[in-house]
Amino acid sequence: MSFLVARDLRKTYGPVTALADIGLDVEEGEFVTLLGPSGSGKTTLLMAIAGFTRPDSGTISLAGRDITGVEPEDRDFGFVFQGYALFPHMSVADNIAFPLKVRKWDRARVDARVEEMLGTVGLADLARRKPRELSGGQQQRVAIARALAFHPKILLLDEPLSALDRTLRETMQRELKRLHRQTGVTFLYVTHDQEEAIAMSDRIAVFQKGRIVQVGAPRDLYYAPSTRFVAGFLGVNNLVDARLVRGADGAVEIEALGARVALPPGKVADLPEGPATVFMRPEDIALEPTPGEPALAIAGTVADVSFVGSFDLVVIEPRGGPEITAHLPADRTRALPVGAPITVFVRADAIGVVPNT
Amino acid sequence: MRPFDRWAVGLTVPAVLLTTLFYVLPIAQVLVLSVTEPAPGLANYEQLLGSRAVARVVMTTLEVSLWTTALTIAASYVVAYALVQMRPSVRRVALFMVLVPFWISVLVRAFSWITILRREGLVNLAVTGLGIVDEPLQLVHNRTGVIIGMVHYMMPFAVLLIYANLAGIDRRIMQAGRSLGARPMTVFWKLWVPLSAPGIAVATLFVFIFSLGFLITPTLLGAGRTVMVAEYISVQITNTLRWGVATGLSTMLLVAVGFVVFIAMRQPALRAAFSGRQG
Repeated sequence: MSFLVARDLRKTYGPVTALADIGLDVEEGEFVTLLGPSGSGKTTLLMAIAGFTRPDSGTISLAGRDITGVEPEDRDFGFVFQGYALFPHMSVADNIAFPLKVRKWDRARVDARVEEMLGTVGLADLARRKPRELSGGQQQRVAIARALAFHPKILLLDEPLSALDRTLRETMQRELKRLHRQTGVTFLYVTHDQEEAIAMSDRIAVFQKGRIVQVGAPRDLYYAPSTRFVAGFLGVNNLVDARLVRGADGAVEIEALGARVALPPGKVADLPEGPATVFMRPEDIALEPTPGEPALAIAGTVADVSFVGSFDLVVIEPRGGPEITAHLPADRTRALPVGAPITVFVRADAIGVVPNT
Repeated sequence: MRPFDRWAVGLTVPAVLLTTLFYVLPIAQVLVLSVTEPAPGLANYEQLLGSRAVARVVMTTLEVSLWTTALTIAASYVVAYALVQMRPSVRRVALFMVLVPFWISVLVRAFSWITILRREGLVNLAVTGLGIVDEPLQLVHNRTGVIIGMVHYMMPFAVLLIYANLAGIDRRIMQAGRSLGARPMTVFWKLWVPLSAPGIAVATLFVFIFSLGFLITPTLLGAGRTVMVAEYISVQITNTLRWGVATGLSTMLLVAVGFVVFIAMRQPALRAAFSGRQG
């Protein structure tokens, strides 16, 4: 049995179903991210695990013990809030000492632990400052140090990086991964940012409308999404309506954007014939087919070219469908004025197929 | 200055005139009277500082005001704290009930308290009827009655001041406290109370200063046995016609209030309250 287990959790707010019979298993020491758009139920699940939200039905258990009815203060879970929720009237050191003092640790032990935590998050010089005298990134570190100081069984993080600017966010992502490795504490992390989820997690649970639609390692979700929603949410994806055609000999062909290609065997074993959705990643779209490999040839016109750095972002308007985005080598795009005809190729094995719903 | 700004400033002129004419000038006149009536000089102040009656009235005023302040703040904090915990629909009703006393004249309220608190009043009927006490309690026409009436008068103000402060506190801070292992009592004393210090400070200052100048409530509920400064001044003006003494005492009250505000504004919590930040 897993370390943290949520079973059949249900929570409704009037007509809104925040959690629709959700289940989730988390192993000890894992870094699991709850990923989804706002209002998809990920924060409600986190709040239920923290004890702040009582589910209407279902159970939460930790190491085999049912904790559904346990008060938040008795759960021993660290919680890093969106906006940090530091105690504004206490110094950095007193903030970190708070959970230790309420646990009646003796003075020497508290002081030693506070110093250790300050060192861990690199804030030893700022111990006497008040939270309002710190930058956003520093406040974030204090919040994490405070939540980890008392050796929590799990650390719950609710969009902790959403208030930081982009470069700081990347630094803090690495910092959080380091803390996760260093402490060995189980991390349960809520975000709506798929890049953040992919960069940090051991596993990701994707939320949609109060349900978990797919759980898996970032790579699995990225390369083998199970629904159109997951495919669209992870990575920049071109999602296109298509038709699946099964041949007599078991061969499977896909028809999309006015073109047709045979898919490698076994790629779409369990999908029926008929309408489906295909996804193509912008980096898999090329100006020439790879010799010897079947490819979908998409003909259209150039709608926009923008320089991004290592490649150019080219928007293509195919003849038979919605716009698609391609990453093309910058040295080749000079010959592509807006409005020019273009044909691009996607290798058959780079095309993903998911059900239409 | 743009024409619009000139207009805007121009619109304040009537208010400035009114304030000067009916507020600043009369106060100046009080100051002048206190050193000219009946004869020029500081005789009034000498008399006030030497009078044992005045000293007793001042002591009564201070004690009653301090008791009123302490009880009002404690009771109002409970109400305000309950208000922030309520569901919005319940809170609307509760806030309305806090505001109801504002629409009832202070005279009506004082007389109501007399009927409730007198020897044969509701409270005494209840406690003697239930056998809790043998003799009716002396709840009115004394200091107790005055304090009850004043606390009742001041509570809506204090509740609103403290409620405004509590409602502005980020509730995630309390959740953070709980997630870190703090029990409800610890969350209350270590988080709610310190974070509401600015609200408590403003309410305390407001209630105390207001209490110093109470007239009708102490006059009716104290029935001459608990005389506070305002009543004493009123008696000097309307009954004994010692205007010099009355204006002298008024001036001293004004100075005392100014002094209290000056001292209070040196407190960090109050400065925080007026600069709009917490902690």
